[in-house]
Amino acid sequence: MLTILFDGISTGMLLFVLAVGLSVTLGLMNFVNLAHGAFAMLGGYVTVIAMQRFGVPFLATLPLAFLIAAVVGVILERTLYVRLYGRPHLDQVLFSIGLVFMAIAAASWAMGSSPQNIRLPEELKGRFDVFGVGIGRYRLFLTVVCGVLAVALQLVLSETRFGSRLRAAVDDARVARGLGIDVQTVFALTFAVGSGLAGLGGALGAEILGLDPGFPVKYMIFFLIVVTVGGSSSIVGPFLAALMLGIADVGGKYFVPEIGSFVIYALMIAVLIVRPNGLFARPGR
Amino acid sequence: MTMPLLPTSRADAVASAKAFLGAQSRVRPLEIAFWLLAFAALFVGRSHHLLLAEITILALFAVSLDLILGYAGIVSLGHAAFFGLGAYAAGILAQSGHGDPLSGLVVAAGVAAVAGFVSSFLVLRGADLTRLMITLGVASLLYEAANKMDWLTGGADGLQGILIGPLLGRFDFDLYGTTAFAYALGVLFVVMLALRVVVHSPFGHALRAIRDNRLRARAVGIPVERRLVAVYTLSAAIAGLAGALSCQTTAFVSLDVLDFHRSAEVLLVLVIGGSGRLYGAIVGAVVFRFAQDVLSAMTPQYWQFWVGLGLVILVLIGRDRLDDLGRAIVARILPARRSPEGTP
Amino acid sequence: MTLALETIGLKKTFGGLTATNDVHLRLEKGARHALIGPNGAGKTTLINLLTGVLAPSAGQIRLDGVEIGGMGVEARVRRGLGRTFQINQLFPDLTPIETVALAVSERSGRGGDWWRRVGTRGAVLDEVVDVLERFGLTERMREPTRTLPYGKQRLLEIAVALATKPRVLLLDEPAAGVPEGERHEILEAVEALPKDVTVVLIEHDMDMVFRFAERITVLVAGAVLTEGTVAEISDDPRVRAVYLGEG
Repeated sequence: MLTILFDGISTGMLLFVLAVGLSVTLGLMNFVNLAHGAFAMLGGYVTVIAMQRFGVPFLATLPLAFLIAAVVGVILERTLYVRLYGRPHLDQVLFSIGLVFMAIAAASWAMGSSPQNIRLPEELKGRFDVFGVGIGRYRLFLTVVCGVLAVALQLVLSETRFGSRLRAAVDDARVARGLGIDVQTVFALTFAVGSGLAGLGGALGAEILGLDPGFPVKYMIFFLIVVTVGGSSSIVGPFLAALMLGIADVGGKYFVPEIGSFVIYALMIAVLIVRPNGLFARPGR
Repeated sequence: MTMPLLPTSRADAVASAKAFLGAQSRVRPLEIAFWLLAFAALFVGRSHHLLLAEITILALFAVSLDLILGYAGIVSLGHAAFFGLGAYAAGILAQSGHGDPLSGLVVAAGVAAVAGFVSSFLVLRGADLTRLMITLGVASLLYEAANKMDWLTGGADGLQGILIGPLLGRFDFDLYGTTAFAYALGVLFVVMLALRVVVHSPFGHALRAIRDNRLRARAVGIPVERRLVAVYTLSAAIAGLAGALSCQTTAFVSLDVLDFHRSAEVLLVLVIGGSGRLYGAIVGAVVFRFAQDVLSAMTPQYWQFWVGLGLVILVLIGRDRLDDLGRAIVARILPARRSPEGTP
Repeated sequence: MTLALETIGLKKTFGGLTATNDVHLRLEKGARHALIGPNGAGKTTLINLLTGVLAPSAGQIRLDGVEIGGMGVEARVRRGLGRTFQINQLFPDLTPIETVALAVSERSGRGGDWWRRVGTRGAVLDEVVDVLERFGLTERMREPTRTLPYGKQRLLEIAVALATKPRVLLLDEPAAGVPEGERHEILEAVEALPKDVTVVLIEHDMDMVFRFAERITVLVAGAVLTEGTVAEISDDPRVRAVYLGEG
């Protein structure tokens, strides 16, 4: 029972790291980026390739996954995404679906369409008992890493100069520009970090979410749920939403496997009907 | 453009206004030529009829999306929900021994319409993003439901044992797909005839008004919610028809009909052909299917890559500019014969 | 006699901010009334309350004696409360004919018709042309609205509103942004509005207000400062103070 709760929490934390970048893209640039999952998939494959072809140890591949996803993110942002800010949402949807299609085809061309396995290091395998609660080592590792990242993000946002600039730009890009904030650079940097985190999440999540070319579509709705249910005005909302989603998903699949993800979709629709701007959005302005 | 003549009297003005509105919905030669060509295709090239039937069904599906996207301005990421419902409704009906195609069509449209009506209330509220999520969510919900309710839907294996009776009690569905093509084309034709009335009606104009400026639409007295519920229901019913046709002409339904890629694909088809003008959906379906054939012949497994690339380029160039290009081409082929005043 | 439009203790607060404070308005049928006030006086909020875009925090709004405070925007339009917008809110891709036809169709209960073309009902078409003629818009009625000159678009704003056959018509700065040389066209159109329509003019241009209005309400900081005839208002030292203080 508590094991399931713990598994749910670790899945939720992972989802948060995966989706937090999307929440910022949406909140900051009002950009509907359905291709966010492609960056996550990229991170996952970076880890797979680094481990299988170059024998890099698992832990050492993680920064690599972050970096490469971030670099690809910033390149795409500067060359393509930037042209679509302010365009109708339909254009953004079409554009990012196009990217998803390309990413899926490219991944199955380069890596084959079968799911990839990641061989975890021995010390992260297995479970141990704490007061009768079975805790997977890897799950614990995930929770710690993602928890640290979440706290760090919150600190960066609330305590640093960059954070305050970012928040100013989220609130009102025009005013921020007037204050002399280089919104473009803030955009690019944020996009890079968001993509990087997705890449890291993809690498971390390959073990429990699976990794195959269909990844960007399979988890697209999960990321979107985190963002829309959590609201995009802060990262606390998405964090709570991700936790709820993780627990509901793991719990739902364990207790009522016959209805599977049904509950999650139904819940999301219910939430959006009652609170179209998300559960944790600031009411009004 | 020629400058319109000055209407000198009130009667002239009324006549001119009437003529103008009449010209808007006039049947154009290109339209007639298209249908003649389409029906003529029934009598030649039997080996392509299965493909043509498929294109026709895709076109019908895209037309249904055009109603809500092109006319009412609702971006949906889950239109496959209604296509899939229609397909399963027709399939389950046929499986249980009621294999008459036309009544299956009616039932499927009804089921999809009910689902459209109910879910329309969900898409009324919120901004674009909320709507995207809701439409996507409804489709995912149905996918999950169809996946889990395998006693009814066959789950991941698909619906087995669909037996479709002869069309109108006389025409059996043949291997070449000639009956299938004729059937699909007939349905598309009837739907298009009906829709060209609808889009030029006060109701159709109200939808465009809602799309262009919701604030003013309300201030003009248009009951925005009622109109959107109506068009969403209608659109769902037509998508249901397309789904039913797909099921009946292939005698097979699988989870694929509810999959996300189908919703994305139909969006793409509509965008290729141009939204908000009905026939764009048909053009898009033809172009898309041929492109798909060519691309998958070149790179069998990775044709999706080129589709994605096309989509990205299309958006970057700008849909409007492509639109203008298309219009320019049509204008060159058909020298402007629609004078603005339209009166002799 | 029932008043065409009446508000009783109308109030709107946003959080701790009072945007509209205890506003009482009394307009008789056919009145020519102006609503003025410096920027930030709460004119826009008041319009939004009257038209149903915002829900009042307290108070009542009566149209011909019927409480409409709880109704939606469209319901108020159908009951005869028309409005124009300060910033053009038109349908760029529709022509003036189609735009006005929309309003006429909705008003005559034909807006839901989906089985016949627009323009096949003679009565509707007659009315559309009447409205367009009144505003001198017939000449370019077949061109998409976005291609019309700005002044014509402003006229179309009023034309659409009038096509809903309002009993009370709210004109929100009808001449806003119109070049000096074309303002007279707008003013003439406003002056020529049917006598039985009650008109509320919200305007900055004092010349226009003094020429058009019979009575004026001055709004300051969300509350009514004073109300009176044109002469009374133009002599009122408090009104002068508000305006001179501002400019």
